[in-house]
Amino acid sequence: MHHDSFFYLALVYLTAAVIAVPIAKRLGLGSVLGYLMAGMLIGPHLLGLIGEEGQDVMHFAEFGVVMMLFVIGLELEPSLLWRMRSAILGLGGLQVAGTAIIIGGLAFLAGLSWQASAALGMILSLSSTAIVLQTLNEKGLMKTTSGQSSFAVLLFQDIAVIPMLAIFPLLAIQTAGTDSASSQTWVGSLPAWLQTVVVLGAVGLIIIGGRFIIRPAFRFIAQTRLLELFTAAALLLVIAIAVLMTTVGLSPALGTFLAGVVLANSEYRHELISDIEPFKGLLLGLFFISVGASINFTLIVENPGTILILVLGLMVVKGLVLFVLGKVYKIGTDQNLIFSFSLSQVGEFAFVLFSFALQNGIFDAELTGKMVAVVALSMAMTPLIMTFNEKVLLPRFGTEKTNDREADEIQEDNPVIIAGFDRFGNTVGRLLKANGIGTTVLDNDSDRVDTLRKLGLKVYYGDATRHELLHAAGAGKAKLIIIAYEESEKNENLVHLVKKHFPHLQILVRTSDRTESYRLIEQGVDHVYRETLDTALRMGVDAMRMLGIRGFHAQRAANMFRKHDEKVLKNLSAVRKDKKVYFSMAKSAIAELEELIQADMTDTDLERDAGWDSDSLREEVLARFQPLPKPDEPKATS
Amino acid sequence: MPRILILFAHPRLEKSRINIQLIKDITTIPGVTFRDLYEEYPDFDVDIKAEQQLLLEHDVIVFHHPFYWYSAPPLIKQWIDLVLAHGWAYGSAGRMLEGKFWLQIITSGGPESSYQATGGARFTIREYLIPFEQTARLCKMTFLPPLAIQGTHRMTSEELGIHSRRYQKLISGLSDGSIRPEDLTPFSYTKDYFESVEGK
Repeated sequence: MHHDSFFYLALVYLTAAVIAVPIAKRLGLGSVLGYLMAGMLIGPHLLGLIGEEGQDVMHFAEFGVVMMLFVIGLELEPSLLWRMRSAILGLGGLQVAGTAIIIGGLAFLAGLSWQASAALGMILSLSSTAIVLQTLNEKGLMKTTSGQSSFAVLLFQDIAVIPMLAIFPLLAIQTAGTDSASSQTWVGSLPAWLQTVVVLGAVGLIIIGGRFIIRPAFRFIAQTRLLELFTAAALLLVIAIAVLMTTVGLSPALGTFLAGVVLANSEYRHELISDIEPFKGLLLGLFFISVGASINFTLIVENPGTILILVLGLMVVKGLVLFVLGKVYKIGTDQNLIFSFSLSQVGEFAFVLFSFALQNGIFDAELTGKMVAVVALSMAMTPLIMTFNEKVLLPRFGTEKTNDREADEIQEDNPVIIAGFDRFGNTVGRLLKANGIGTTVLDNDSDRVDTLRKLGLKVYYGDATRHELLHAAGAGKAKLIIIAYEESEKNENLVHLVKKHFPHLQILVRTSDRTESYRLIEQGVDHVYRETLDTALRMGVDAMRMLGIRGFHAQRAANMFRKHDEKVLKNLSAVRKDKKVYFSMAKSAIAELEELIQADMTDTDLERDAGWDSDSLREEVLARFQPLPKPDEPKATS
Repeated sequence: MPRILILFAHPRLEKSRINIQLIKDITTIPGVTFRDLYEEYPDFDVDIKAEQQLLLEHDVIVFHHPFYWYSAPPLIKQWIDLVLAHGWAYGSAGRMLEGKFWLQIITSGGPESSYQATGGARFTIREYLIPFEQTARLCKMTFLPPLAIQGTHRMTSEELGIHSRRYQKLISGLSDGSIRPEDLTPFSYTKDYFESVEGK
């Protein structure tokens, strides 16, 4: 098969991904690093399975970034933006400004022109949304302080790209007009001020179009009730914006991000996200592979010292700026370490911006080549240094060990250990504390731990899935453990650990849904609590009461429903185990619902309050005095 | 050998010195099923089928509860309302409890002297228990004389010991057959039976 054929390339890329990613995940390195390594392996400098066409694939795969920004835009509700405004503007703004000034200054000192220094500073101040969000998500850190702060900074950076792209033509060195690359688009032939106007005009078009054209169009398409047509329309939208943006010489990613934000409040938000998501994931993987493949090893081998110093210097500068800002914004030490390390690379936008800057004649080809290698290396190092931080730094410098109070406080032996103290665990904990029951609380969000300690609660930082920590928390003497993490994986690991090392402990586990509950029941946990069940039932009770059903009856109906549901849960769990059938999540959810509804209809248990129901008594009394009319007899008018 | 079911109901057992002592040794008597209703049904959601099944498996049904407002705590009433269903426990088709025995063990703060026509309570325990007696009768059961442990507010440990031993003797006696229900029926109160036996 010819090396350039689509199928050959697909074969190479997919094989590399399917082999490398699971291995990287198994080694605890995360999928991003897996894709990057796969790319390096098949790239022109190692195995050479793909050659220069890697560049073309990269252009194609940049589309993954475009889609990711569309999805990020969709997920950004204006209310969320408003809530995070101080973090986004303060933390994000200071990060971009601080990093850009320091790196730009260093570049100027190194002898670059002021225009090139400014552009370089701005480009390198950005971090990789794709890598950071993917990595934080995989590690379950998105909800923590570090995750939220990282998200805020990334968001500001994504937005900051818009003015950067608008500024770059103004930075163009006068000779730019002769550069062939910039005249490829018609915008390139316009004078600098007009280019800026066009850029702003295109942005405006997307905002207005999104509001007044795209929504009615989607409504029209949705009325056809053809699912695949909606997917097609979603893809068309993203591609159309990308083409528009490229025509006017702007980053397609920005355009789709904006369109996403505009559509975030529309009724089609969730449908758009779920339609685009699979394409996004696949293309992002491809993008990481091509980043790996584009690392020019010849360039690195020729100047190993320079490249290495640049990569390390860059990451140290970025990391330091982040760490100082984290201190200013009072992020706890180990959350701050995660925050600083995770954002210390340069983002995928750099590739886009470098080519834009090259077109504008701000950089020359040699500098661009070197910087692309530096950026790619910094991205490749991110998962590594985050793992390093997690395995080496945090255990040493995290809140856990630096805090002297812990050692003596954790001596106490309480009957209850609570692992996970977010909104769920803390309600349980408060109830027990209010009733004078001693609890030892463990949580893995150090900022939350610090806050709660300030309030006088005895909360300990640490990962409860570590045997030594559980032991120190008094698991050997406690009576029960309440496992209330949000992440099901963590809960399951902890159950496994407790069953193995502390079999005397009674286990109570929070779960988010049925599937999770099944897995826990299969692990032999008797006390499983679905976090939304009781609240949903209380809501149902209130709804029934608003419809005029008496409170006591509604309350008892809900009690009965819950007991019934829990019984069914256990039964279905057993059935599931016997059959050993794997249903896809959606399928099993539907099947369960059907089974539940059918069981509700046939189960006579649901008619139970006969003791307060005098129907049968009335029948008996009436039967004693007069025969009941037969159903087919015409009733006498009364 | 008659099988005995004790339905114990106390909403605040942890505060009741008397009842903690009374039930301490009862639970270990062989052939006796002890059921702590407030522990079993904190939400008052009585499992009717389970309770009816238990009734079928036993011959003497003991209701052990404090005397609140001249009656039983609300969960006992809840239990009676729901478990003693029409067509099952009573009514023309309800004969499932026929021939079984109903026995109440009662603790009251006020002394025996108060529960008389001339006392503060004006009526006797037997009079106050008439609704229960009639319930048992409607279910075709035999109502045995109640064991009333009275004056608990001022009860000394020695006195409590006597009552506790009588309670044990009553349950184990009924269980092993050394006390037959017919031995009790001539008396108004089980206490009188013990005094007649112990007096000999």
